[in-house]
Amino acid sequence: MKPIRKRKFSAEPRWAPYLFLAPFLTVFGVFMIYPLFQSVLLSTEQTFGPEFTEFVGFGNFRNLMTDPVFFVALRNTFIFASAAVLLQMPMSLGLAMLLNQPWIRGRAMYRLIFFSPALVGAVFVGVMFSIIFERRTGLLNIVLHRLVGFDLDFPWLQEYAMASMILASLWMWTGFNMIYFLAALQNVDKDLVDAAKVDGAGPWSRFINVTIPAIRPIAGFVVMLSLIGAFQVFELPFLLFDGPGPNNRGLTIVMYLYQSGFQIGDLGYASAIGWILAVILIACSLIQRRLSRHEAF
Amino acid sequence: MKLSESILGTQHRRWMIRAVTYTALLFFAVITLVPLVWLLVGAFKTNEDFFGHLFFPAGDGLFGVDWSRMSFDNFHRLLVELNFFNFILNSFFIASVTAVLGTLFASLGGYALAKFRFRGRPFILGVVLMAIILPGPLLLAPVYQLLYQLGMLNTYWGLILPGMAPAFGIFLFRQAMLNSVPGELLESARIDGCGELRIFFSIVLPIIRPMVGAFLLISFLGAWNNFIMPQVILQDENKFPLAVAIAQLRGTYNTDYALISAGTIVSILPVMLLFLMLQREFISGLTSGAVKG
Repeated sequence: MKPIRKRKFSAEPRWAPYLFLAPFLTVFGVFMIYPLFQSVLLSTEQTFGPEFTEFVGFGNFRNLMTDPVFFVALRNTFIFASAAVLLQMPMSLGLAMLLNQPWIRGRAMYRLIFFSPALVGAVFVGVMFSIIFERRTGLLNIVLHRLVGFDLDFPWLQEYAMASMILASLWMWTGFNMIYFLAALQNVDKDLVDAAKVDGAGPWSRFINVTIPAIRPIAGFVVMLSLIGAFQVFELPFLLFDGPGPNNRGLTIVMYLYQSGFQIGDLGYASAIGWILAVILIACSLIQRRLSRHEAF
Repeated sequence: MKLSESILGTQHRRWMIRAVTYTALLFFAVITLVPLVWLLVGAFKTNEDFFGHLFFPAGDGLFGVDWSRMSFDNFHRLLVELNFFNFILNSFFIASVTAVLGTLFASLGGYALAKFRFRGRPFILGVVLMAIILPGPLLLAPVYQLLYQLGMLNTYWGLILPGMAPAFGIFLFRQAMLNSVPGELLESARIDGCGELRIFFSIVLPIIRPMVGAFLLISFLGAWNNFIMPQVILQDENKFPLAVAIAQLRGTYNTDYALISAGTIVSILPVMLLFLMLQREFISGLTSGAVKG
């Protein structure tokens, strides 16, 4: 046995945690907490560029409530977020269950392939799909035309902005979410599944009664992550339509924030939009927490 | 008799299930890859061939393709005439500095939150958790105003500094260290007279190396793909990263699809290769926070 040298203070020095936290907290304080308070102030001001400000109280929020363009942005974002999440979740889970079969060969390869679009930034996905959705020359219409005689002139970007955005986001995120579901499925207790089998439970009943409860915590996490991302969608439509699109069909909350703050120059209005977005997201996470009350986040 | 029949039946059924499963997987794999392949092939074509041929231009060459009509011209134009070589370097610089400093700060802070008891710890943790929920775009306007006041608009520091304190990162590192770094180990190192910083760098960091690798990659990817911040902060075209440059390219050459394809390929290929090299660490780091946490 090693001799233990007793020292007066073997305990950690008191300054150590503060030293370790100092770099993070400095930057965090200056570029996160201070701007957070500043954004509350800004939301009560009308600004003309970063310099000239004028106090308007709740004026920004009042204007937002009667701003028809903002309502278009809100509606589009809600449609996009709900459709994207509702379609993504079953598809991701389905893919994960296919890949989770014990006899699958090349699982790592499939996982890599399905995951790869998530590496492509939303900007680049937007540019890419702006070419893919093009009439006559785009990949989608040509392939659909050759396979099923689909209309070669189908105006995805011009008339079906939401559908385009949702399709592109499915391509981008389904595989990413699948990674989480796959990890969850691999943690499902095999004994429990076998026990259910012995008890005569069919595949559907096993899925509902064993698999779903087992993956619920992660499913909640993935839904939250997707919702947070979807409500902040900006780059994808901004590049798909090279702006808000015809008749603001591709306008989203964050795009309107960007336009207000940095194209028109009213940082106050932009901050007010930001706070409405924050309230939506906080509400989402409260609902999610409520639904999964007895599960650890 | 009956027994063998049922075995044959289940075997047949099993074979069916496998066939259907593999077909479905293959179908989704094709859907995932075809857009990328289409883009890649398009990047080597002239713009006329981009319109004229879905994939390769037909001809008498190998595999029935007219290879002479495929060339690096688009890439040459991008890199030499359109300054994309410079944009690639800019993206690399911004992404690597943000990733390294962000990971360092977050891991140091996560260590303090995981392994020390001190006054203010619950408060700091609460603030960090709250910051994770808040949407990034909320801070766009006030950060812009702050950078204006600090004279940091149109500088790389204005872009990098706000990315150096990732709330999500400090949370992930805390979670990772909470259980995997044993307190007794730190204690005995202290008894042996090891300094606090040395403990961190030569004991703690090696233990959570996979997490460090994963977070480096996540931050690199995030900074590489970040569009809104550089779009707002940088004005000088020479300083643009690829994300902003590609948006400009899309606006200026909006009918030159072959050129835009090449620009997109140039922008996504580096991160794809980086990920291929480090994919195992990346995926395990990505899911560890969710599964354990």
